[in-house]
Amino acid sequence: MTAFLNQLLRLRRGAWEMVASVLIALGVLMLMQPLSLTLYSFSFLVTLTGTVMFIIVSHFPE
Amino acid sequence: MLHSSIDRVAHATPPAVAQRIRGLSDRAIAWIFVAPSIVLLLAINIFPLIWTIRLSFTNFRVNRPNEPVQFVGLRNYLNILTDEDIWLTMQATAHFLIWTIVLQVLIGFSLAYLINKKFRGNDLWTTLIVLPMMLSPAVVGNFWTFLYQPQIGLFNYAVGFLTGADPSSFSMIGDTSLAPWAIIIVDTWMWTPFVMLICLAGLRSIPNSIYEAAECDRASNWRQFWTITIPMVLPFLMLAILFRGIENFKMFDLVVQLTGGGPGSITELTSINLKREAFEKWRTGYASAYAVILFVTVFGLASIYVKALNKVKQR
Repeated sequence: MTAFLNQLLRLRRGAWEMVASVLIALGVLMLMQPLSLTLYSFSFLVTLTGTVMFIIVSHFPE
Repeated sequence: MLHSSIDRVAHATPPAVAQRIRGLSDRAIAWIFVAPSIVLLLAINIFPLIWTIRLSFTNFRVNRPNEPVQFVGLRNYLNILTDEDIWLTMQATAHFLIWTIVLQVLIGFSLAYLINKKFRGNDLWTTLIVLPMMLSPAVVGNFWTFLYQPQIGLFNYAVGFLTGADPSSFSMIGDTSLAPWAIIIVDTWMWTPFVMLICLAGLRSIPNSIYEAAECDRASNWRQFWTITIPMVLPFLMLAILFRGIENFKMFDLVVQLTGGGPGSITELTSINLKREAFEKWRTGYASAYAVILFVTVFGLASIYVKALNKVKQR
């Protein structure tokens, strides 16, 4: 966990890609879940944030 | 002959043009060759994407080209993301997507595993299994509507024969609880061979020497399957899931032909719903916002997937 946080602070690609991937997956789950309309409403925002973040952080150093 | 043709072309080139070409660097010549592809890519992919994003912030209707186009900000996005009908459409798509992928991967891998074993008539079986994939989705949708007919359909007859139920007592495409499964069955029937072929390529790429070494170490068949076969086929399986996932997220033709989105809107997947908004209700701006939401979702998923695939390949 500490290593992961260190990677985040040092702007390393692996850790940030993981955060972006989790956001995208979460957004897609929110988009397609049958439980809450509020979650559905915020799904696009979460997916878009994750996708844009993924594009940016994939240029970070390893 | 070739030499003389080249000479003739070289002589036919006007001296001014020849002089100009001789003055170009390798990089410039490379750009000249690549430029048509780049221009085509920009015209066919990038420009429509940018134009769609622009339209998604307007109330533009393509059937009323003379009406002034107003900028509506995020209103289209807000309307879509608070619309319960579209939410239901997303759920129908998720149900279709998850079940088709699960069934296609399970059946496709099992078939590939069987076909990979050498037996008599192996090639004939491969050809027969691959046949559904070669048919047009419109044709498949059309003939499955006949197979699903309660009175004369072969599918209903087979279910009746196996379970003892009356074949005309249920309608696969007319019943709201069965229709989602009807489209899943047809898509699985049609596209399992595709997954099978990819898995077969993966299975055939595993060198026999690895299995022989495992035999020497007295590893059981079960252990060989989980520690050799599955890890080595995994990149191929992931590729198959990526292809089928993206394709099924955009599924349109097969379902339109089979159920038309019905009964009611129980099998109305996102692409069918999007087509209705764009070309039946003519809400172009709204449909553009809808398309952008779907694009971002697929793009995001594909990004994660490509990353995962690269990681598996590096192992």
